[in-house]
Amino acid sequence: MIRSEILKEIAPILRDQLVVCNIGLPSQELHMIDDQPTNFYMLGTMGLSSSIGLGLALAQDKTVISIDGDGSVLTNLGTLPTIANNVADNYVLLIIDNGSYGSTGDQPTYAGKKTKLEKVAEACGCENVVVCQDVDTGKVLQAAIDSKKMTVIVVKCDSGNIKLPVITMDPVVIRDRFMKSVQA
Amino acid sequence: MNIDKKITDDLVANNVSFVTTVPCKQLAGVIEEIDAREEIFHIPSNKEDEGMGLCAGAFMGGKRPAIIMQNTAIGVTINTLATLIQYYRMPLPMLISYRGELREPVACQVEMAVHTKALLAQMNVPTYHFHHQSDVEELDAILKYTFMCNKPVAILTDANFWGGYGDQ
Ligand SMILES: Cc1ncc(C[n+]2csc(CCOP(=O)(O)OP(=O)(O)O)c2C)c(N)n1
Ligand SMILES: [Mg+2]
Repeated sequence: MIRSEILKEIAPILRDQLVVCNIGLPSQELHMIDDQPTNFYMLGTMGLSSSIGLGLALAQDKTVISIDGDGSVLTNLGTLPTIANNVADNYVLLIIDNGSYGSTGDQPTYAGKKTKLEKVAEACGCENVVVCQDVDTGKVLQAAIDSKKMTVIVVKCDSGNIKLPVITMDPVVIRDRFMKSVQA
Repeated sequence: MNIDKKITDDLVANNVSFVTTVPCKQLAGVIEEIDAREEIFHIPSNKEDEGMGLCAGAFMGGKRPAIIMQNTAIGVTINTLATLIQYYRMPLPMLISYRGELREPVACQVEMAVHTKALLAQMNVPTYHFHHQSDVEELDAILKYTFMCNKPVAILTDANFWGGYGDQ
């Protein structure tokens, strides 16, 4: 499966949660598949999906899912020790590991070579690290939400993208409706 | 006056309850004070752009955030300031130790000091420079201003403000 197929499959689960979504195609895909006010779309700032989600999870009680990418986690590797050492049991980091920088044309990342992000997360002190195959994402994600334990999920999937439009919504609108649904 | 305590008191009085830090020698006292305060959740970050991501999330979660960092980190935060904090219009007080200014003992620190104000000006970040201890009196107003306008605001605090490095 490719990222957009995974997102389509887990959209019914994401719908009821606060979601921080990674820059580029992941946000565009989620926006197209199931736009919700509970989705915070990153329009820039590669690497910070996990950090924004952690800050949000630590600041309030609702469940937060950060959808991230292997390339973005690699660019902000310092996030994993911060996550490990500041446990928020309402936080799930969902890393879609397609082994490539998908949004920029599927250039390979080191996560698709020798580097195993799940081992990095464990070495950083993350306690609930789950690796799964693309087809099992929904099951694993739902279990992580239900467990009420901070969880890092690394989903192994194929590289590949679909054609779709950019998000034209104003960033302040994205932020404002997101904050209203955080407070709701 | 204990400036570490005064700064922390002002943060607390303005409901700042989520603070991320990357240390600087000059900031050691204020970081210690913040860490000890019950009203503030202190989350050290590994890099300042990461810290700004945490602050953005905390803000959207209903908390008032702040970042405490050294001016040498301005460069690594430019993209985050532009595409996250400013683009989504979020408030962020940045208490910055202004290394490389008068009374600086380490020559290399001057290399980023000469770019600090220019970079902040280029980014249209409102910038205040604390040089004398009494300048701290303005912090309360700066914090109110930051949360009024929803912008990142820089407070540069130099060695003279912190009382210098003693005999070098
Ligand atoms: C600082 C910075 N460098 C590079 C880019 C270009 N860029 C945007 S998305 C992306 C790929 C992200 O890859 P990954 O996190 O693995 O997500 P994927 O698209 O594969 O799901 C890159 C390199 C950027 N936006 N910002
Ligand atoms: Mg990828």
